Amino acid sequence: MSARMSALATLRSQIERIETAEVVHHQGRIALGHSEVDRALKGGLARAAIHEVFCAGSQGAAATGFVTGLAGRVTAQRPLLWVRQDFSERETGALSMSGLAELGLDPRLMVMVRATDVESALRTSADALACDALGAVVLELWGETRQFDLVASRKLTLAAQSSGVTGLLLRMAAQPLPSTAETRWMLRAAHSPPGSAWDAWGAPRFDVELLRNRHGPCGRWIMEWKCDECQFSEPSAYPQPVAAAPAYRPDPAVFQRAG
Amino acid sequence: MIHALDEAAERLGLHIGQPLANARAMCPDLKVFDADVVADAKTLSDIADWCDRFTPLVALDPPHGLFLDITGCAHLFGGEAALLRTLVLALGRQGFAVSAAIAGTSVCARTLTRQATGIIVADGEEAAAIDRFPVSALGADETITTGLRRAGLKTIGDVASRAPSEITARFGARFSTLLAHALGQGDAPISPRKPLPDYIVEKRFAEPIATDTMIAMTLSRLADTLIASMEKQGKGARRLEAAFFRTDGVVRAIMVETGRPVTQSKVIDRLFRERLDALADPLDPGFGFDVVRLSASRTEIVVQEQRDLDAHVHDNDELAALIDRIAARIGGKRVVVHLPQDTHIPEQAVLAVPAQHHLAVAMQAEWPARVESEPPLRPLRLFDKPEPVTVPFATVPDGPPHQFTWRRAKHAVVRVEGPERIAMEWWRQDGKQLTRDYFRIEDAEGLRFWIFRDGLYEGEVFDADGKSAPPRWYVHGLFA
Repeated sequence: MSARMSALATLRSQIERIETAEVVHHQGRIALGHSEVDRALKGGLARAAIHEVFCAGSQGAAATGFVTGLAGRVTAQRPLLWVRQDFSERETGALSMSGLAELGLDPRLMVMVRATDVESALRTSADALACDALGAVVLELWGETRQFDLVASRKLTLAAQSSGVTGLLLRMAAQPLPSTAETRWMLRAAHSPPGSAWDAWGAPRFDVELLRNRHGPCGRWIMEWKCDECQFSEPSAYPQPVAAAPAYRPDPAVFQRAG
Repeated sequence: MIHALDEAAERLGLHIGQPLANARAMCPDLKVFDADVVADAKTLSDIADWCDRFTPLVALDPPHGLFLDITGCAHLFGGEAALLRTLVLALGRQGFAVSAAIAGTSVCARTLTRQATGIIVADGEEAAAIDRFPVSALGADETITTGLRRAGLKTIGDVASRAPSEITARFGARFSTLLAHALGQGDAPISPRKPLPDYIVEKRFAEPIATDTMIAMTLSRLADTLIASMEKQGKGARRLEAAFFRTDGVVRAIMVETGRPVTQSKVIDRLFRERLDALADPLDPGFGFDVVRLSASRTEIVVQEQRDLDAHVHDNDELAALIDRIAARIGGKRVVVHLPQDTHIPEQAVLAVPAQHHLAVAMQAEWPARVESEPPLRPLRLFDKPEPVTVPFATVPDGPPHQFTWRRAKHAVVRVEGPERIAMEWWRQDGKQLTRDYFRIEDAEGLRFWIFRDGLYEGEVFDADGKSAPPRWYVHGLFA
């Protein structure tokens, strides 16, 4: 009896140690700029962890924009390593440095790795995550992959925890699966704010759903990326403020035109 | 035609260049194989690879000769005679018929091999050594050889006894130069297959090694030695090559490049480990390797940087090391940084260059500044090749479409901004492309596209009859 009790106690203390070890590493959090999201994330996006961003096949550009935004927040003038498969370039186009600069990020700090297959992409990212000279590592995968399982995900998390580098996973045309990620997001493109102007639209807007959050609640928000300030914000009614126009209702002007 | 023949056939009186029918008439049970020039060249180059173990300076002498510059190498193999014996024996065991000779000049050595094997001629005795040989041994053109024979000059000694001016007048300057080289007066330079590495270290094994651990250990020891010898001269390696000589003659060379000079053996060690791990066709030791060689083929003088409290210098070093490691595994062209180009054409505005060589330049590059308080003007994802879309109609001829079909899906246009007209560069050779009108478009789902009309409306696009045709539409990129 006492032997069992002591075994239990040992296990408990081990678990405790593991948990506290994780907490120690989660010292840095970067506020994204959207107050509700930051509240849900307990102050911001955790550094030294893995964050997954999922999207449907057709929403690749929106998810890329969101990941770019997250990377822009966490890198803080440090280099960004972007690992991608050759295949995804054909599906959603190559990441354009001009577009990156337009979003307010610095293309000089971007190193791109073009991996041929998932294995080498995973291995490269695990390697890169262990290098603390980097600000963030983005791993872009297209479609469902057998190779990215719990073990691979755990490897990435451990590498990120030991070095303090943030890992961002961009999973296009894939279904969320169990993993060791700190947060998991589902991305869709959001409409520009409804207004009378048919020929005006503003900053990138994302319909963001937080599917999993290890240290807080989940939720769904509309986030806007401010290119000039290089941060997210609540959706504004840019460009012309229109009073109380709810999101998701089709623009009446469009219907008149189309009809 | 007979392309090549063995000794037995030669004894029967057959010769190269003879029609096959004639040869068959002389010897009905002749065994014939099709000539394969490519395979011959490949074999010769494989033998040259194997010969790398004797000297780094190996030159091809097609169709079936090799020059080895053994200056300063012979003592490593127990002298010239021992080296020659080892080489001939080893090649003989592999089933090759070898004729080898050592002489002060390459042409003289080649002349010697045409008549006999195993001759070593000391410096200054070339003329005496080839005196008695027939003129055909010089390897000049058929017409010259015949001409010499007709003139009654049967041996090289006969030709050499004539005044050089007479020979030049009759047979041309090229032949007299060849003769002079064969007699040891001056030498034609050989052109080695590979440039001479700056530093070479190697390890020979009496008992061949085959296990991965032994190979790794050998490499790291060689790396220590290499670094030690480079350090004395303040050099660091930019390109390293490891060559594995298998006992059965196969040689495998593996190359690793770095972005900045390497001065630590553990870095070399790690790079090679990455490279060996990622090989598509792994290193096959077979019966084992008996020589492992590590050479630095490109080196640079290392400038010892003053380390200050600024962490940036250190960070850049670490980033360069990471890039080297990734490049060693998946290839240097797959790790890129980007340089802005001075052009308005979207697909040419950015150039991707290997990060190993251009990291420092890319970090300092001047990118065009973005316009403040404007939404993004360029898409985040750009298609390499614009993808065609079908546009059923446009209400205004010059205006944007109201709906379009891309990848079999219909998109209703909700918001449009544009056009942004981009004219092609007529001053360039390949600049005769159509003017593009770009529109930024948002569809009913909120997806944003960058689409363009290829060609001005009525004015640039013509069909086969010369009438103006409706221009085509393309999706070029996707906005976030």
